[in-house]
Amino acid sequence: MTTLSRRKFLKISGATVAAASAVAAAGRSVSSAIATTNVERGDRTVATYCDICFWKCGAIAHVRDGKLWKVEGNPLDPLSNGRLCPRGTGGVGAAFDTDRLRAPLIRRRDRGEDEWVEVTWDEAMTYIAERMQKIKSSYGPESVALFSHGIGGNFFKHTIKAFGSPNISAPSFAQCRGPRDVGFRLTFGEDVSSPERTDIRNAQCLVLIGSHLGENMHNTQVQEFADAVGNGASIIVVDPRYSIAASKAKYYLPIKPGTDLALILAWMNVIVAEKLYDAEYVAMYGFGFEPFAASIAPYTPEWAYPETGIEPALIRATAREMARYRPATLIHPGRHATWYGDDAQRSRAIALLNALMGSWGRKGGFYAPVSMDVPAYPTPPYPTPSKLKVDNPDHKYPFAHETITTGIREATITGKPYPIKGWFVYATNLLHALPNEQETIRAMQNLDLLVVIDVIPSEIAGWADVVLPESIYLERHDELNVEWFREPFVALRQPVVESPNDQKPNWWMAKTLAEKLGLGAYYPWKNAEEYLSTRITNAGMSWEQLKKDGIIRGEKRPIFFDEGVPAEFPTPTGKIEFFSVQLQKAGFDPVPMYKRPEGGPPGSFRLLYGRSPVHSFSRTQNNPVLMDMVDENMVWVNADVADRNGWKTGDWVVLRNQDGVVSNRIKVLATERIRPDCVYMVHGFGHTAKHLRRALGRGASDSQLITRYAVDPLMGGTAMNVNFVTIEATEVAHG
Amino acid sequence: MARLAMVIDTVRCVGCMDCIVACKTENQTPEGFNRDWIAYDTQGKFPTLHQEIRSERCNQCSEPPCVDCCPTGASHVHEYGGVVLVEKTMCIGCKACIASCPYDARYVHPEGYVDKCTFCIHRVEKGMDPACVSVCPTHCMHFGDLEDPLSNVSKLLASRKHHTLIPQAGTEPHVYYLT
Repeated sequence: MTTLSRRKFLKISGATVAAASAVAAAGRSVSSAIATTNVERGDRTVATYCDICFWKCGAIAHVRDGKLWKVEGNPLDPLSNGRLCPRGTGGVGAAFDTDRLRAPLIRRRDRGEDEWVEVTWDEAMTYIAERMQKIKSSYGPESVALFSHGIGGNFFKHTIKAFGSPNISAPSFAQCRGPRDVGFRLTFGEDVSSPERTDIRNAQCLVLIGSHLGENMHNTQVQEFADAVGNGASIIVVDPRYSIAASKAKYYLPIKPGTDLALILAWMNVIVAEKLYDAEYVAMYGFGFEPFAASIAPYTPEWAYPETGIEPALIRATAREMARYRPATLIHPGRHATWYGDDAQRSRAIALLNALMGSWGRKGGFYAPVSMDVPAYPTPPYPTPSKLKVDNPDHKYPFAHETITTGIREATITGKPYPIKGWFVYATNLLHALPNEQETIRAMQNLDLLVVIDVIPSEIAGWADVVLPESIYLERHDELNVEWFREPFVALRQPVVESPNDQKPNWWMAKTLAEKLGLGAYYPWKNAEEYLSTRITNAGMSWEQLKKDGIIRGEKRPIFFDEGVPAEFPTPTGKIEFFSVQLQKAGFDPVPMYKRPEGGPPGSFRLLYGRSPVHSFSRTQNNPVLMDMVDENMVWVNADVADRNGWKTGDWVVLRNQDGVVSNRIKVLATERIRPDCVYMVHGFGHTAKHLRRALGRGASDSQLITRYAVDPLMGGTAMNVNFVTIEATEVAHG
Repeated sequence: MARLAMVIDTVRCVGCMDCIVACKTENQTPEGFNRDWIAYDTQGKFPTLHQEIRSERCNQCSEPPCVDCCPTGASHVHEYGGVVLVEKTMCIGCKACIASCPYDARYVHPEGYVDKCTFCIHRVEKGMDPACVSVCPTHCMHFGDLEDPLSNVSKLLASRKHHTLIPQAGTEPHVYYLT
């Protein structure tokens, strides 16, 4: 296959490197890496909210003698309950990272050539604005797209919408939770949303299908998971790998990868055949139960056994266990759901299983999230784009309710339905986030403008025309977090310390760019503090209180049906759709049906990936505090398989995928904790960006090996657990 | 006289390492070194497995071999709570204590002295929990005085099955694991 040289991946200005390496030294205290001329003495604290992942936990940052010291949870915050996850606790490492981007950079030669020049902010913004106007005059404003991750992207979204483009997208949909939300919308009419509306704390039976809570460290969920375990809840875990969660389970089901839907159908078969479901709930709220029951009748546990490898008696026992505790039985919908290509239908099956338990709207199941009313800052209406979004022509994926990143990428490659010539990439490392990095590289080569806004010199930054260095979350204001959660609250992100170099907050960049584009009317405020305080004051709250406490909580409101929440289901029938007419009309299975996944070449292992509790995506591997916890990933291989092949824990190997792509070297973890037909690694390692000096070459990148992906026909999600690898011993570092 | 102890609930612990991160930021341990760590103790054959996850550190022993073997008196038992500490100005970095510790709980700080968990005595003396205990998102860590029968740690040890690490070493460790 054709590949660009990986050596051309990330190259960023030599000037910044020289400055950075002067302070690099092993064994130094983590905080001494920050140089400061501040003469401040003593301790002070600032309330803010975290940005090491998207959960947005309330935090209290401590400053000692003018230097950032530590970050703790904000006791007033209902997401963290005063306790951050390890990534949040280690968030200070983002400030101590000496490889941070420092000044705006403009590429001076071909994309991929190592020639950068530091420029002033005015030069950078002028350059970007001129190229945007050129794209607009040649192709229309719609030909500029934004890829964004997290709340920090809000102001750039505002500028891009004001410019006239509808092509704004995040990998969180098509590469992550999209199929889940589509499956639940098709069934209950509503998303699971984020933070997930799961009442784990009160669940008496919790079913985790591939969800590795405890490794996946979404704080509130893990706290509630520990509560459920501590309360003696019955935990059922389905996973090809004996996860941390599996070690807490009463029942562990070591399923054959790719067959989860078969198991869920068999569970529903038992629950319907044995009449274990909540008949009153189903009769009151359900639509199409009879055809649903008929459709799943063939999916007996005996049928599922050869598919899943789970014995019929265990399928029956776990189905009955779920029924015993209903409605406080929560079959968790998961989050990263882009696995095998049947993901929206699998998620819909999970929704239906919950419907049989009567858990939607009930304690120990799913609550109805509530939010505060904080009016938007009044700005002019956005121009109406003259073209539809580019990502999903002719509604090929009829149930995609958000923009498909990979659809924008495809349009950038093909120029159809219309060309995309500009990309803004905010805080998402697309080369690790999207499957098949060669397609991303091909797309980027068609661009007239690629702007990357980030805090670190990531792989995607290496491909940019302009790199804009952002202040980290502890140095900036951000949009208010007006969260949808168990109880209403609003949280503030505010600066704790100043940025050490020429970094700027996203709001300043987005506003300055808008002004350069003649769109200053969309930013009728001077600075973030004026914007935020106006919103808070207009909502009838105290800005001073919010600045002091970081959080303002509203009054608790009903969140369950029996507390007075109306049992409404915004589906076409207004009911829980056991049978979906809209799916049938669109040519899909109205009740989920199982299709056996394709296997890999003989002798290969299915490549599975997941999370480390101390890392977020590919964004934390240069954080000195978090890298001191886990500084490389390992490839998990079943102990017997490893033994037969002579691989021992700690041996260096490379992985070769079905398309001949070879990974960076990675250490073997020979373990009983995984099936023999698959291997597993934590996502986010194997960096090739050479200015991420802590991260460079540490472990292997699953993303690099994910050259194939299966597209969910309902919503365009890219399923990534469809790659297979062989393992080769090595002594040599690759990449 | 207080006898400080840590009681860690392995049923709730998910091994997330927040305790280690908090120790690092609280105590400013140097890059590459940590005072605590996680043990993932897996028994059995796939898929019939059992796993105990433990946050481990200096066991703050009542019979501490590290104190007995220290030639300078740098390793000592603190006046409050039975906590074993190292006075870094007296430590000559001879590593005798490291060799004597059955838990491998000590390391040589790049500045030349031996370092280890202090039960965050600087916090405890102000009435706070150790940093690791205070951040744990699963609430699996408990800290208190075993001399006080009404303390949380005393009550947990009275009501729950528990064990210590390498009790046969005779060091009388004071980090307990609930099972």
